[in-house]
Amino acid sequence: MTLDDILTCLFPDGHDVKNDNGVVAGSATLRSGAEALVIGVADKTALGVDEAIRLSGHVLDSFAQGRGPILVLVDSDSQRMSKRDELLGLNEFLAHLAKSLIYADMHHQPTIGILYGHSAAGALLATGLATRVLVGVPGATPAVMDLPSMAKVTKLSMEALQEKAKSTPVFAPGLSNLVQMGAVHVTWNDAVSLAEQLDALLANMPDAHDRRDALGRERGGRLKAAEIAERVRDLALHSH
Amino acid sequence: MTAPFKHAAQFPEGRASTTSFNEASARTRVALLLDAGSFVEFIGPEQREVSPHLKVFDLPEQFNDGIVVGRGRLDGAPVFVAAQEGRFMGGAFGEVHGAKLIGLLRAAREMVSIPVLILFDTGGVRLQEANAGELAIAEIMRAMMEARMAGVKVVGLIGGRSGCYGGGGLIAGCCSALAVSEPGRIAVSGPEVIETNRGVEEFDSRDRALVWRTMGGKNRRLLGAADVFTDDTIQGFRDAALELLGLVGAFDLDKLKAEQVRLADRLRSFGTCEDAVDIWTAEGVAHAESIPDLPADQFISLANKIGRTSRDAR
Amino acid sequence: MEDFSFQHRARQRAGGTRQTAIIGVVASGNLEVLVERVLPDVECQLEIKTAAVGFGEVWNAVTADFVARYSPGGLKFSINDGGARPDTVSLRLAQAVRLIEEDGQ
Repeated sequence: MTLDDILTCLFPDGHDVKNDNGVVAGSATLRSGAEALVIGVADKTALGVDEAIRLSGHVLDSFAQGRGPILVLVDSDSQRMSKRDELLGLNEFLAHLAKSLIYADMHHQPTIGILYGHSAAGALLATGLATRVLVGVPGATPAVMDLPSMAKVTKLSMEALQEKAKSTPVFAPGLSNLVQMGAVHVTWNDAVSLAEQLDALLANMPDAHDRRDALGRERGGRLKAAEIAERVRDLALHSH
Repeated sequence: MTAPFKHAAQFPEGRASTTSFNEASARTRVALLLDAGSFVEFIGPEQREVSPHLKVFDLPEQFNDGIVVGRGRLDGAPVFVAAQEGRFMGGAFGEVHGAKLIGLLRAAREMVSIPVLILFDTGGVRLQEANAGELAIAEIMRAMMEARMAGVKVVGLIGGRSGCYGGGGLIAGCCSALAVSEPGRIAVSGPEVIETNRGVEEFDSRDRALVWRTMGGKNRRLLGAADVFTDDTIQGFRDAALELLGLVGAFDLDKLKAEQVRLADRLRSFGTCEDAVDIWTAEGVAHAESIPDLPADQFISLANKIGRTSRDAR
Repeated sequence: MEDFSFQHRARQRAGGTRQTAIIGVVASGNLEVLVERVLPDVECQLEIKTAAVGFGEVWNAVTADFVARYSPGGLKFSINDGGARPDTVSLRLAQAVRLIEEDGQ
C-alpha cells in the first residue's frame, strides 16, 4: 500500500496529513470525533537526525493541542547510515523520538503504530516499537536486518539462513515472525475497512502495561523472555 | 534454585584505581566498581540460563548469556547493576540477556529508591536472535522510561571494548545520564556497516582516528551526548557513577521538552560540520585537532569549561 | 559443537569453603569454567561443550593432567569453550580451582 492508500483507508472522512520528503505529519478526525495526531515515515525514507527531530517535535506539540490518539505510520528504511548522523549523535535523536512517544502513551494519548511498508533496526525501535500497540498491514516487510547482510556477518550462505528460518521465527525478517514474537499485536485484514478496524482497536485498547513478552510466550515465539524477566524482578524485589 | 550467587571479595585494596575498565571482564568491573563484597547476582551462571537460539547456529553458549545483573552497594547505598560482557557475542542483546535487564528495571520501578547502573558493552542486537533482541531492546526502553518517570535514576557507563552500538545506543539515550571514557564509543550504525552500505568515501571503517573522533568518548563528552568523561579505570567509573547519581532527578515533561531544544540547537549549531574537529573548533577549542591526544585530566577540564551536558535535558 | 564428559577420582577434597566459582569468557580462543562443589570428596567431573570439533584426545589429556596436579576432589567443572588453546584451558582450570579454594560463600 502507498501512503495515500493508507491515509484514504484509515481516514475516509478526510485528513490533513502531509508527506514532506518522507516525514509524515498532520491530523485526522476519527469516527469517535477525536482528532488524532498522525506522524510517520514514508517512501522507505531513512530515519536520520533531521527526520527524527521533526517527528518528536510534532509529538511534543500535540500535548498542548490536546490531540490524540497518536498514530505512527511506518514505511521506512533503517536508521540513516551516514557519518554526519553518527557525528551529531543519532542515538540521542532516535531515543528522544521513542521517549516522546512513550511519554505520550503514559501521560496523554495512547499511541498506535501502523506498519504498512518496510522498516528496520533503529528506525523500527524509534517508531513502531515505541508505541503501545503495533499493528501490521498485510504486505508490510519489517526486518531487524536483511538476510544478505545477516549472511555476510554470520558467514553463512543465504540458503543456510533461509533453511534455519524455517524452524524458528527468532531472526528472519517478516511480519508473521514479529507477530509471533509479540512485537506486532495484530495484523489487519486488508479485505475489511481499515477505518473500522482502527475504530475497533481504539474502542478496545489494552492498557499501558507492556505485555509484549507475555504475548510472545503465548504465541510460542519467545519462550524464555517473560519468565526470565519475572524471575529477575522477583529476586530483585526480595533482595536486601 | 533461585538463591542469588554471592560474590566473595576477591581483590586487594586499591585495585580499582589501577585496573582498566576497558580490559576487565563484566564480572571484574562489577566487583571492583561496587563496595567490596557487596554484590549479589540474580540468575547467575550456576542457573545455566543460556540462550535457546545459539544451537541452531552451532555456536557456544555462555552460562549467564553475557550479562551480569544483581544488586550491591555504592558508597554504602544500594544500587541495581547490569554489566554486559562485550567479548561474548559482541555483548549483543539476545532473548535471555535482554530479559535479565528488563526484570531489573521493572523491579527498580516498583522500589523507586534504588538506582540502576548499566555498564554497556554491546554491538546491539544479536543477529542470531535478531527479532527477540530487537524486541528486548524496545522493552528495555519502555521499562526504563517507566522507571524514570516513577523517579528511578538510571546511569549508564560506557567504556568497554564493544562500545555502545545499535539498539544499545538508543537505550543509552534513555538513561538519566552517561559517563564515558576514551575507549568508549556510542553510535547506532557501526563503522563497517556504514562503509558497506554507503562506501568508504562516506566512512572508512579502518580509519581508527576517524571512528574515535566521530563516535568516541571525547566527541560525545564535548557534544554533551555524555555528561562525564573519566579515565579508563574502574575507580574513574565508580567516581563518575557517584557524581551522576548525586546530580540526576526524575524524568518529566520539562526534561523531554528541554531535550528537544538541546538536540535542535545541536543540529542548528553543528549540522553542517564535516568532521568532529570542525565541531570542536566551532565550540571555541583552540588546536581542536589535538583533542584526541589530550590526556584525560586536561580533557576533562576543557570539557567542563565548554560545559555541554544533558543536565535536565535527557 | 562437540560435548565431552570426564569422570576422575581425586586424591583429596579441594580446599576452601566456597560452593561455586566462575572464571573466563566464551569467545574465540577463550572459555568459561563454572566450578561447583557438588560431588563426593574424592570425585571430580568435567563437562565440556566446545566449538572446536575433533579434539577429544587433547581434552582428555589436559583434564587428566589437571586432575592429577590439583586433586580437585568434590568439584564439578562445566566448561563452555570457544576454541581455546590447551594452555589457556589449563590456565582457566587452575584459576577456577584457586577461586573456589578461597574462603567465603
